[in-house]
Amino acid sequence: MPTVDLAKSSLRELNQALHDIKKGSNETAWEVVNPKGSHAVAAGVDQPVSIDVRGSVGYYCGGMNDGGAITVHGSAGPGVGENMMSGTIVVKGDASQYAGATGQGGLLVIEGNASSRCGISMKGIDIVVHGNIGHMSAFMAQSGSLVVLGDAGDALGDSIYEAKLFVRGKVKSLGADCVKKKMHPKHIERLRKLLDAAGVQGVKPEEFTRYGSARTLYNFNIDNADAY
Amino acid sequence: MCGIVGLFLKDKSLEPRLGELLSEMLVSLSDRGPDSAGIAIYGAGDKKKSKITIQSTNPESDFPGLGKDLEKGIGARVDVIVKSTHAVIEVPTEKLDAARDAILAARPAVRIMGAGQVIEIFKEVGLPADVVKRFGLTKMAGTHGIGHTRMATESAVTTMGAHPFSTGPDQCLVHNGSLSNHNNVRRELKHDGMTFETENDTEVAAAFISNKMAHGDNLGAALEKTLTDLDGFFTFVVGTKNGFGVVRDPIACKPAVMAETDQYVAFGSEYRALANLPGIDDARVWEPEPAKVYFWEH
Repeated sequence: MPTVDLAKSSLRELNQALHDIKKGSNETAWEVVNPKGSHAVAAGVDQPVSIDVRGSVGYYCGGMNDGGAITVHGSAGPGVGENMMSGTIVVKGDASQYAGATGQGGLLVIEGNASSRCGISMKGIDIVVHGNIGHMSAFMAQSGSLVVLGDAGDALGDSIYEAKLFVRGKVKSLGADCVKKKMHPKHIERLRKLLDAAGVQGVKPEEFTRYGSARTLYNFNIDNADAY
Repeated sequence: MCGIVGLFLKDKSLEPRLGELLSEMLVSLSDRGPDSAGIAIYGAGDKKKSKITIQSTNPESDFPGLGKDLEKGIGARVDVIVKSTHAVIEVPTEKLDAARDAILAARPAVRIMGAGQVIEIFKEVGLPADVVKRFGLTKMAGTHGIGHTRMATESAVTTMGAHPFSTGPDQCLVHNGSLSNHNNVRRELKHDGMTFETENDTEVAAAFISNKMAHGDNLGAALEKTLTDLDGFFTFVVGTKNGFGVVRDPIACKPAVMAETDQYVAFGSEYRALANLPGIDDARVWEPEPAKVYFWEH
């Protein structure tokens, strides 16, 4: 198992080594030690390898991940998993603002809390947060699911499109055009699969409330013309 | 951008290392702001003496003989410790105001960076590592301190535009962000007798807090008022003689992370700044909530 020590190697060396992994390579389990808040750790991984990061990371860890299974054994700075395409990222601690922003696919699991703007402009990624999320989460979220076992902050789902939001705790306030919706059997099933995939135990899908778009902002309303 | 750090020690055994720890925290954030850097250190003090930190663009001509000139001016003993472009002037506390006037009379071109019983402030244009070296900051002891590395947005890259800003006795502030209503607030504060050295937005925030504290608020109450009266983006870290406070605006775009152990409370714009502190692996590490005031006092 290759181990990269960021106290000795540069970030460029680490990421280049990860980018140089060939399809079908046998080096499928990597370990990164001494990240000490480094930026862009394991960004741009495009092979199905597992990467264990031992410690806390800074901005944009696992950005653009396309198939990697990245585990951060610590907390993550802003923009963890930004624009993820596929694969998984698990953060054992907390995540800072805009976790999973613009993510197109894959699964991002935050085992602690995520702060503001979690899942902003998400485009297909699934995000499961074991704790709470901050304000303006899922702003302009387009597709994918955001699952929160704890509480959500102000203005959840402001200007949301077709992403599905599931919150088990309280929502401080909903953003513009975001409304509470009924849980249908297909949503229960989708949520059950996500909870299983995220390693959540002892929590039932029925404990969640679903939120989504009222779709009143989709088309221009001529009555609002004076506002512009 | 900009990077800010703060360290408030609870454990006296760490006090000799304050400058070293705070300097390392600041240098780790160099790429958040390479324009200029500064640190305020709250060191040992005794009530009878006060310190004034001054800065000169011509230290070779301004500092020699300054102690003697001031002693004549205020009729009391004066100690001058020169550190590069800065000098720390120690005077009897009851002569503090007289000393201020005497300094500006004797050397009209020098600038007063801050004053109080324990505060010393050092700031200059340049990279944090260079500023730290120039002033020998790693060797300084103290109870708490704050630091800043600047990427200028609202005003020019000058020594006086660097942070921390000190606008009251033993008070100082560092800021990441930009304020949009600083001209209005400055005008109101001027009406109430506050004076300003620069056109900088951060100086207004510092003066706002000093003004509230001068009117009787404690640090926590003064910080609460920044949330209603200051408009713009901010994460502030504030030092007072015996206190240390943090507040972020409600939008909270500017990053912030804190750590607390039995030995200290630490603030950094990023976790990188905290990563080498003693005992960090067992510290409680968290992101301060938007629009929530945090403060600690000795």
